[in-house]
Amino acid sequence: MKRILLALMVLAAFVLAGCGDDKTKDTAGKANGPQLIRYNVGTEPKTLDPAKSTGSPEATIELQMLDGLTRYDANQEIKRAVAESWDISKDSLTYTFKLRDAKWSNGDLVTAHDFVYSWLRAMAKETASEYAYQFFYIKGAEDYNSGKGKKEDVAIKALDDKTLQVVLNAPAPQFLGLTAFQTYFPVNQKVVEGNPNWFTDPKTYVCNGPFKMVSWEHNQKIVMEKNPDYWDAKSVKLEKLEIYLIENLDTSFNMFKNGQLDQMNEIAAQELTALKDSKELKIMPDASVYFYRFNVTRKPFNDVKVRKALALAIDRKALVESVTKGGQKQAYAFVPFGFKDADGKDFRRNGDNYFKEDLEEAKRLLAGAGFPDGKGFPRATIMFNTQGNHQKVAEAIQQMWKKNLGIEVTIQNVEWQVYEDRETKLDYDIERAGWSPDYLDPMTFIDMFVTNGGNNKTGWSNREYDRLVSEGKSTGDQKVRMESMHRAEKILMDEMPVTPLFFYTHPIMIKENLKNVIVPPFATDADFKWAYVE
Amino acid sequence: MSMEISPQMFKRLEHDGQPAEETLCPSVGYRQNVWLRLKQNKLAMTGIIIIVLLALLALVGPHLSAHSYEEQDLLMVNQPPGGSYWFGTDALGRDLFARVWYGARISLTIGLLTSVICMVIGVLYGGISGYLGGRVDEIMMRFVEVIYSIPFLLYVILLMVLLEPGLKSIFIALGIVYWQNMARIVRGQVLVLKEQEYIYAARLLGAGTWRILLRHLIPNTMGPIIVSMTLLVPEAIFTEAFLSFLGLGVSAPMASWGVLASDGIQGLRNYPWQLFFPALFISITMLAFNFVGDGLRDALDPRLRR
Amino acid sequence: MVNNGVLQLVQYLLRRIVTIILALWLIVTLTFMIMHSVPGGPFASEKKLPDVIKRNLEDRYHLNDPLSKQYINYLNNLIHFDLGPSFRYEYRTVNDIIKTGFPVSAILGALAIAFALVVGLLAGIISALRQNRWQDYLAMVLATLSFSVPIFILSGLLMYFFAYKLQILPSAMWGTWQQAILPTLALAALPTAFIARLMRSSMLEVLQQDYIKTARAKGLSERVIVLRHGVRNAVLPVVTYLGFLVTDVLMGSFVVESIFAIPGLGMWYVNSILNRDYTVILGVTIFFSAFLMLMNFFVDLTYVVIDPRIKLVDRKDV
Repeated sequence: MKRILLALMVLAAFVLAGCGDDKTKDTAGKANGPQLIRYNVGTEPKTLDPAKSTGSPEATIELQMLDGLTRYDANQEIKRAVAESWDISKDSLTYTFKLRDAKWSNGDLVTAHDFVYSWLRAMAKETASEYAYQFFYIKGAEDYNSGKGKKEDVAIKALDDKTLQVVLNAPAPQFLGLTAFQTYFPVNQKVVEGNPNWFTDPKTYVCNGPFKMVSWEHNQKIVMEKNPDYWDAKSVKLEKLEIYLIENLDTSFNMFKNGQLDQMNEIAAQELTALKDSKELKIMPDASVYFYRFNVTRKPFNDVKVRKALALAIDRKALVESVTKGGQKQAYAFVPFGFKDADGKDFRRNGDNYFKEDLEEAKRLLAGAGFPDGKGFPRATIMFNTQGNHQKVAEAIQQMWKKNLGIEVTIQNVEWQVYEDRETKLDYDIERAGWSPDYLDPMTFIDMFVTNGGNNKTGWSNREYDRLVSEGKSTGDQKVRMESMHRAEKILMDEMPVTPLFFYTHPIMIKENLKNVIVPPFATDADFKWAYVE
Repeated sequence: MSMEISPQMFKRLEHDGQPAEETLCPSVGYRQNVWLRLKQNKLAMTGIIIIVLLALLALVGPHLSAHSYEEQDLLMVNQPPGGSYWFGTDALGRDLFARVWYGARISLTIGLLTSVICMVIGVLYGGISGYLGGRVDEIMMRFVEVIYSIPFLLYVILLMVLLEPGLKSIFIALGIVYWQNMARIVRGQVLVLKEQEYIYAARLLGAGTWRILLRHLIPNTMGPIIVSMTLLVPEAIFTEAFLSFLGLGVSAPMASWGVLASDGIQGLRNYPWQLFFPALFISITMLAFNFVGDGLRDALDPRLRR
Repeated sequence: MVNNGVLQLVQYLLRRIVTIILALWLIVTLTFMIMHSVPGGPFASEKKLPDVIKRNLEDRYHLNDPLSKQYINYLNNLIHFDLGPSFRYEYRTVNDIIKTGFPVSAILGALAIAFALVVGLLAGIISALRQNRWQDYLAMVLATLSFSVPIFILSGLLMYFFAYKLQILPSAMWGTWQQAILPTLALAALPTAFIARLMRSSMLEVLQQDYIKTARAKGLSERVIVLRHGVRNAVLPVVTYLGFLVTDVLMGSFVVESIFAIPGLGMWYVNSILNRDYTVILGVTIFFSAFLMLMNFFVDLTYVVIDPRIKLVDRKDV
């Protein structure tokens, strides 16, 4: 026993000595050292083939290495990237892009043919890309993807090496923004053809973006360095970028705190209060909404009075201040902040709130539905997937309904895929849900609840709503579109098949000496193109 | 020194119909004997007293606090231990004192029942397998391996779809995993013991399979069995937390010790008491069960019987 | 006589191998059935996919084929040791995942097992020899404590103290020996405690056996009695446990590997199920099962080496 103790002490001494060295090296390296950022993206990417990737971690990694026709800047404005200019026809259907002189990291020129090849590849049936539907705005794309149409009939053409022309089915103002999106990134035909795993090897990951891949250690990190062949290389100050693939939040936080990371994405709610005065915590905007669905095919949620009563009896202020704590905004409408209206102002600010909390009104509604003081209210269940804060939010709401309305509900957490399965089959009473935009336009929220829409999942249906959505989708006139979406949102909030709870935020930890890192409110988690270490 | 041996020197005894071996060992007094010896073991008695105290607190504890286990106060979240909240509050402003004792009810039940269920199944299965040996043993052991090899998580998800969440589902899920370890340990012991002289002796004296198993083999394997049983208690308590996490546990706001502890670990950096109290009582429970387990092992050991 | 023995042994070995193969087939079949009967699939996503896209995906991965056909295809590939590509990480084959993940888990597991055996056995023997003295109490209280703290909490505590508070060890990831210390300790704690307790209780039993008394009566030195007669016999339950220890450590490695961000095989075990990554679920399960069965096979053989009283071939069969 004694000998073991002794051995352990010796070992501990070694460890102390060994790591002391490491730490000094660490800090020495950072002061005026190389331009290096170590960022945790939070998971091993499913793929780095832009045609097939779907998640924001994948998009974030690809964004550092690839440049689309356009790229969002720090103010979420769409800026020119590989496209030097573009022209949109009067009927909002034909887009003509002029490409600049840009090079791939293997020296090839980035041409319009590359985009044609990449896009057609992404929507080909054989590629089986989950995000092929991001191209369905383009004429002939959906038919080609389903095997009904031919490749030649897809309306994407390279008029010459520098000119790309696309024709849409219907006006879609969000299309321009989509060209900055992962699925629309170009890939190099020479490399991709004949090597399905081209993106796994730094040698074959030919890129046209700010950085290029040096190594990829699975489930550990991806190392990148500045791409000297990038058309805008002069704007890139960072020499090296290490993207870590660590899933565990707590581990990531520990790594940030002991100097193994410079930036990380999510912070557990239990850390936020203590970090209130920390200069390393930044609360970034996130254009997503957290809401509860009601299953309107089940009693008593088929009664709008019940749905409204429940919605009005939730104390959203307490929820965001005491439970989620990340500076989330209370939500009294469905579309989050951060979308431009026809007049250039914020869609949400123009639309304002559609309801407010009101206990008296809630009780009155509940009594009107036949449950005075909650008497006789059937035992309902709130279902949520096992993750993050969902349980605490559900517990808080369970308590609020009990206290405010006298209603007892059960809460049940369910493994994610079982939850997905049950919500699709409408096998729930009330369920937690969230939605983040596919593109920067309110339509990505509004068209969810059309009758039988794939993401409706409430059983709710309203003719006028459906009409407003198709009206909004059929015109390029922003004024008409926005007006119909405002009106649709009002119907949604009057009928309340869903009740919004709060708009998400994106709390990150970032070292104070990191500058110009862009943290977009959707689609990707960070852009390091302009970033540098001070 | 030669002597003639003739048949006349032997007298034939009539068999009285009872296995001869049984008469040597009256079963009366065995239990009293165990209890007597357990009573003399101070550590074991301390363990029993602690368990009784914990059980009492689990019954009355939630009522000692001014707050109920489910009552939230969103203005009093993450409060340190103090006058109004003896163990502090959790992330939703609930009284941890009431929650710890409410959790004790769930966790003690789960820990105890699971280890008893697993012991009964495991001992019978392992005992039979080891004693019968040969092909039967091989088939039975391969079966254990097959069951053990199918990922636990798959069963749990399957059970989650088939059953309502709650205590019954927890016992089924826990029962599926934990009896196998016990069965293997018992079987290994029985394999050794059955070749020993006193088993031969018992068999020669006409004891049947069940009698040898229950009276001789199993009591002699009690040491390792009780060790595994006491160790099963915390494992069951924490696996239940994992089951709750996946959606098969008791539904919130009820919370077991395991759930309290895994919630607590999230607040480790800022609110350490949220982990400390549940962990403390789980550890105390463990110590107590171990004391009792050791005492029982000694008391049950037939070789120590006077 | 000798020939007969060898023949029996060969017979036994053959029978064992056949049963292992049968058991593996049973495991594949049962896992396959359960896997396909739980809700979800490898392409479930929060945003519902258009039907066309879903069909394209399922066509590509032959998920539209009848289950029986998928099953037969899988078995056919399995016979050729081809575990197929991962559904989720399409660019990786399951063979590749095992090939890169297992060595890492094996190193971590070996470190933990070595630690558990050395510390656990020593602690158990010392406790038994010093029964009811402070060494015994200390060892057993420590063992009990490490039993009442589960692996995810222990991992969290270790990381909190050594990486966050004291900042003397790296928090996570894999590659240097410093990075191996915390996960090894976390993984070894439970088996160490288990072995210590098992060894103590078994040692106590053995020390009361007649042959120990005989040995004492013969005047053998205490050292010889403890080592040759005591430990050798008392170690049997620990040997039984060894087969499980190996798999327990591998299973426990899921928690440790995900907390300490270690790229081993353990983390795939649970992740593949949550992702319904069918080929990985089956591949990892088969791999672990084969591993477990071989371990048990060796454990049974070790019995014979350690304890000559046990016969592998039962009398009744001869």
